[in-house]
Amino acid sequence: MPLPYSEIVMEHFRNPRNVGQIKDPDAKSVEGSPACGDMVAVYLKVDEETHHISDIKFESYGCASNIATGSIITEMAKGKTLEQAKQITWKEASNELGGLPAIKTHCSVLAVDGLRAAIQNYEERHGLVKERVPTTVELVRKRLKRVMNPISGLDLVRTKLVKKIKVSDGVVWIVIDLPEDHQFAANIREEITEKIEPLWDVEQTVVEFLE
Amino acid sequence: MKREYIYLDNAVATRLDERVLEAMKPYLFDTYAVATSQFGYSPGIDARDALDNARTQIAATMGAAPEEFIFTSGSTESSNLALKGVALALGEKKGRHIIISPLEDFPVLHSARALERHGLRVTKLRVDETGRVDLVHLRESITPETALVSIQAANQEIGVLQDLEDIGEICQEKGVILHTDATHSFTRVPLDVRNVPVDLMTVSAHTIHGPKGIGGLYVRAGTPIRKWMDGGFQEFDLRPGAENIPGAVGFAKAVELVTPEETARLQGLRDRLTERLLEIPHTRINGHPVHRLPHNANISFRFVEGESLLLHLDMRGFAVSTGSACFSRSLEASHVILGIGGNHERAHGSVRFTFGRFNEESDVDAVVAAVAEAVRDLRRISPLGKE
Repeated sequence: MPLPYSEIVMEHFRNPRNVGQIKDPDAKSVEGSPACGDMVAVYLKVDEETHHISDIKFESYGCASNIATGSIITEMAKGKTLEQAKQITWKEASNELGGLPAIKTHCSVLAVDGLRAAIQNYEERHGLVKERVPTTVELVRKRLKRVMNPISGLDLVRTKLVKKIKVSDGVVWIVIDLPEDHQFAANIREEITEKIEPLWDVEQTVVEFLE
Repeated sequence: MKREYIYLDNAVATRLDERVLEAMKPYLFDTYAVATSQFGYSPGIDARDALDNARTQIAATMGAAPEEFIFTSGSTESSNLALKGVALALGEKKGRHIIISPLEDFPVLHSARALERHGLRVTKLRVDETGRVDLVHLRESITPETALVSIQAANQEIGVLQDLEDIGEICQEKGVILHTDATHSFTRVPLDVRNVPVDLMTVSAHTIHGPKGIGGLYVRAGTPIRKWMDGGFQEFDLRPGAENIPGAVGFAKAVELVTPEETARLQGLRDRLTERLLEIPHTRINGHPVHRLPHNANISFRFVEGESLLLHLDMRGFAVSTGSACFSRSLEASHVILGIGGNHERAHGSVRFTFGRFNEESDVDAVVAAVAEAVRDLRRISPLGKE
């Protein structure tokens, strides 16, 4: 029976690499939540001098593509410097897995975000971060590039679904070019809120649909 | 040696019974003519007789007259006809308001949403934590504007049975039409329209080892309803299109083959499954412990996500279903589990097991072992539940 997942995805799903926790990690992150249906925890051990990732482990509560991406991303990041690991994109992870179904790309993004968040956590703990920047329309647009359009598996910005963005007084207002009762409207709203709400100066995210 | 695949998703599709196929065969190869009037050619008259007999037989099992039962292409079409057909018939006179349960399956839920776009008002009733609708809320919600109440007989996911006798009584007293989607309970939890005052009832063959693509709608005599699909004058001018005679004959045979003894056997399998799965820590049953479909079990496993669990079970040779968002076509978690007050985690971790004629006791033991193993493996890699 043909599955929508590649052989590589299924192999990583069956036998995920680098699973578990690291005792006394140098950094850790938890992205997603049980409510979203996807959650990834990433643990890092980092060489203090060279900033190489000497050990990495992950845990996943999620679907097959989430587990497989968590597995592949830890393999890809191991031994790299923090700067190199930061550059790993979900597209590269997805390619490494032999591709993911369009509808599942958002699950792989979460695992990549988990890795980046863990690196950020390390930088914060070790005084390597620059000052916090205020949220702008451009920054929101950049974040929306990490929200996937489940129809095509490409992001919302690239698929031209983002009609308007407004940022004022801690409220981010986004208009999406889909009807309110579209098959994926509720999912897209959730995903956007999930990506925008964690910004330090955002209090509320309003997602509106055309029609 | 590869073990046989065990299918436990009988709520969405069932294996055709060979006896059903045998009953259908003559109408595929010999009497394949369209049903004609009594003045037509003889194969057409034979086809007409077969259709009438199938209709009479199915209608009889629900206590209806033959002319109160029309064939459709399945549950989706039946429920669309019920909601849209009544709305069309009542038009402007009455009927700018309909009442449904929030746990309805998509045909009713989305027909109601479509009518809402045409200006009708839709009330979704409160339900308790087992999924049963609040009868006080129903009584309060019915206004002189109300055209139709649509409350399912049994839920597609958690199998909860509604108290249709009381619901029917309230609707009858208030003079409101009652439709029920009985797709999942038909023949397994028999309903006699002479005792239960429903006006419209959706049924289908695909849940009882009949062919796919055939269903029906019971329409109580005198119910205001109009066809919403245009074409010929078939099915008492309510459902145009050439009749699916092999389907109708197969449907009647499938209805005939369901027995109370068989249903009791499936309930036995279900009870054994439920009992054993609940021995796994951090599990809970979704739906009502007693008022539920005899062949349905729905259990949530904490700390694991349903699509992963489903894939693990598939790799081990079992087909089940889940309310997880990842599994749904809209990427939304089950509206049923959320609707009974469950959180997203409970919906994502919910698994539905539904039994059918071809399941055996050994299937239960095998699936219990596989679930226990898969849940253990997934919990091992989960960041949740470690404390």
